[in-house]
Amino acid sequence: MIKVEWFYWLCGIFFLLIALQAFNDRSNRKRLGSAAFWGILGLSFCYGTFVVHKQAPAWLLGIAVIGIAALAGAGFPGRGQERTTTPEQRARFADRFGNKLFLPALVIPVVAAIFGAWLAKVKLGNGKLLLESGSATIIGLGVASILALIVGVILFRPKSPAVPLHEGRRLLEHIGWAAILPQMLATLGLLFTASGVGKAVGRVTDHLIPKGSLIAAVALYCIGMAIFTIIMGNAFAAFPVMTAAVGWPLLVQQFHGTPAVVFAVGMLAGFCGTLCTPMAANFNLVPAALLEMKDQYGPIKAQVPTAIPLLACNIVIMYIFAF
Amino acid sequence: MWVLLAIAVVVVGFALRINSMLVVTAAGIVAGLIGGLSPVKILNAFGDGFAGSRSVTVFIVTLPVIGLIERYGLQHQARKLISKLRVLTTGRLLALYMLIRQGTAAVGLTSIGGYAQAVRPLIHPMAAGAAERKYGTLPEKMQEKIKGFAASADTVGVFFGEDIFVAIGSILLITGFVDTTYGLKLEAIDIAVWAIPTGICALLIHGSRLWLLDRTLDKMAAEADADADAEEATR
Repeated sequence: MIKVEWFYWLCGIFFLLIALQAFNDRSNRKRLGSAAFWGILGLSFCYGTFVVHKQAPAWLLGIAVIGIAALAGAGFPGRGQERTTTPEQRARFADRFGNKLFLPALVIPVVAAIFGAWLAKVKLGNGKLLLESGSATIIGLGVASILALIVGVILFRPKSPAVPLHEGRRLLEHIGWAAILPQMLATLGLLFTASGVGKAVGRVTDHLIPKGSLIAAVALYCIGMAIFTIIMGNAFAAFPVMTAAVGWPLLVQQFHGTPAVVFAVGMLAGFCGTLCTPMAANFNLVPAALLEMKDQYGPIKAQVPTAIPLLACNIVIMYIFAF
Repeated sequence: MWVLLAIAVVVVGFALRINSMLVVTAAGIVAGLIGGLSPVKILNAFGDGFAGSRSVTVFIVTLPVIGLIERYGLQHQARKLISKLRVLTTGRLLALYMLIRQGTAAVGLTSIGGYAQAVRPLIHPMAAGAAERKYGTLPEKMQEKIKGFAASADTVGVFFGEDIFVAIGSILLITGFVDTTYGLKLEAIDIAVWAIPTGICALLIHGSRLWLLDRTLDKMAAEADADADAEEATR
């Protein structure tokens, strides 16, 4: 059976290689702290295997996670000098390779979809699934990335096998600590649930809707996602709270909604909130600054009349398809 | 109810632009302490949560190949394809850009497009250029309108496109969080499929608003002309 943990180890090894490169990169003024950040992260990915299987204490990983957050707070990881092609070289390459450039990128979704939709159901001779249950998409993504990389290397013939690693590091260093922010927000969601934040919000929302009304519960979840996202500026942070308060206890457990639909559409309802809030500065204030607008809320004003009907669409989609 | 203070920590921290990793960690600790968890339990929760949601970060395995095709001119090629749209009107150009942005994001190519890479250097100049061809010099109100809509075409397109791709943060966050918290076994692809209806609605709603932008601009230009005439007459 193909196990998902193999791919977490692949990620862990990738982070460790990045740490090694960062450590050797004299052009990066923060090279030690950067190496520490990626290194601890890589080790955490491998160590996580033993935590999930209850073979190692979780608190040790907890300390590592807080350490990673502290390093991020102290301004790590930093960026080294980029080792990539110049815009002129890129223009020449684009002329040479043309639309073949899209080919490796298209391999990823196609292969990932094949794994998720088809190989996920394939069984081995002994009756066990070929892919670990509930992880077909992650496994597919890992395999797809490796295949796409092979296609890319055959097409473009980079000078050294280290080139993709350097390019991967270039992108990862651009993203920086934000690369693991979603994972931290998922962790926060778990802490919120363990501490009863969701229950507290649930008690507040209980007073807001008539008992036993499905449409009211759906609307409350979607509108709550949008409002929490407007307040916090981030649908990822709103999701665990609203899901613990309404999505899971009311929509899934009480009304027996299909979890995949409830959660997918709930998150998208949160995105409608993102369109409306200056708290989501990256999406709403940055473009206004980049385009030198007089009114920094110009993009939001263009988006609100789309966000409101789209939120209504989400409520309808969830109501029709999840129940 | 005091545990709701943890949400206040997130709001205040984000509002003050403190490093998000610190804010999230602090909010987690505050929630744990008010919720009556012992320090060891809080550390355990951090460890279990992090290990259980590693799937959220798996998207990084795509970075080497995306970086590789960028090295060989992905953005240049994308730009070449988009610049063929030069003949369109402002509204139709932005609607088509949104369609392309949403379509490429849905297959994981989120780095095609973006405010810095595409909207400022390419899409906005083309949209404004098309309007100038039609109306001459643009009054500030119209310039602002075009800028706002150019930014929105990118934002709405990428938001409601990328959620159809399986390896995007939000999808993996959903599966990572609910699987760890509620013991479900959700496949990312099942979540991604359910992003398609909303994606179509977003395309129809915002796409048609962009398409109809030409009419709004016609009206604004006529009003601006009338104002100018009125000013002329009073002189």
